[in-house]
Amino acid sequence: MNHFRMEILVKPRPGILDPQGKAIHHALRSLGWSDTQDVRVGKAIYIDLEAEDSDTALETAQAMCRKILANPVTEDFEVSIVENAERITA
Amino acid sequence: MRVGVVTFPGSNCDYDLYKAAQQIGAKVEFIWHRQKNLDAYDALMLPGGFSYGDYLRAGAIARISPVMEDIIGFAENGGPVLGICNGFQILCEAGLLPGALVRNASLRFESKDIHLRVEQTDTPFTSEYEKGQILRMPIAHGEGNYEADDQLLEELEVEGRVVFRYVSSDGELSDEANPNGSKNSIAGLTNKSGNVLGMMPHPERAMEEILGSIDGMGVFLSLATNLSTIVL
Repeated sequence: MNHFRMEILVKPRPGILDPQGKAIHHALRSLGWSDTQDVRVGKAIYIDLEAEDSDTALETAQAMCRKILANPVTEDFEVSIVENAERITA
Repeated sequence: MRVGVVTFPGSNCDYDLYKAAQQIGAKVEFIWHRQKNLDAYDALMLPGGFSYGDYLRAGAIARISPVMEDIIGFAENGGPVLGICNGFQILCEAGLLPGALVRNASLRFESKDIHLRVEQTDTPFTSEYEKGQILRMPIAHGEGNYEADDQLLEELEVEGRVVFRYVSSDGELSDEANPNGSKNSIAGLTNKSGNVLGMMPHPERAMEEILGSIDGMGVFLSLATNLSTIVL
């Protein structure tokens, strides 16, 4: 078994109102970044897991997203492997 | 009538709901989220609160509780299930109700009295109301913004599954009367077969004149009436 650090990005789907992103957009503009066009806020989830190979690790993380980590009504997700990751816990 | 109030770690409206169900003559029991076998109950209620601290998404962790499998089975067999506030969020996450509840458009936790219009009276939870009746009851939530795509919204409207809508005190729809930005001002809806109702407002907190409103009582009286009809 090999060790993998998975990075999962959960993002608001296009067209879904993201009030948090809107508030940050306002904040950025009021700080002088007037060229800011839009802000969307999602979340990053890091998961350490043991898997046979990278394909299996990716499949597992995707299954986790479909089952619980993302809500398909409002969120999209993206899964990748963090290369050369140190273990989060010893 | 035996009512089960399902309690998760972080539920906080469970006693209000217990009291409300008791007030209309039900024999009420708390059901812990680890319990299996719900055969003894005629109706199930999922209370408001912050199950599992709303971690990940409101209701996302609660819906994988051991009890949920039996709740889904109970609902699929036609048993009445009422989810209020966090209970509504859990029912959506569990797939018993369609759509999702996201952050309020205002970005604020909204805690105040609002007005609702009764849109459907042919459900086991609203038969004691008049169609078009205006109710006043509290809301208290940060994630009550009902989100659904256009196709689902149309399906809900065509099938008459929107049971409550946020309106002004004189019954008009407006952005100002919509406290959280919900699509189509939806405050409560049912599943396809009508036996599962989710709503963000708190009827269980509108059961006593001295506390400001008794407009929530119809939800519980309707259920009592419909269940006694079924039993007899």
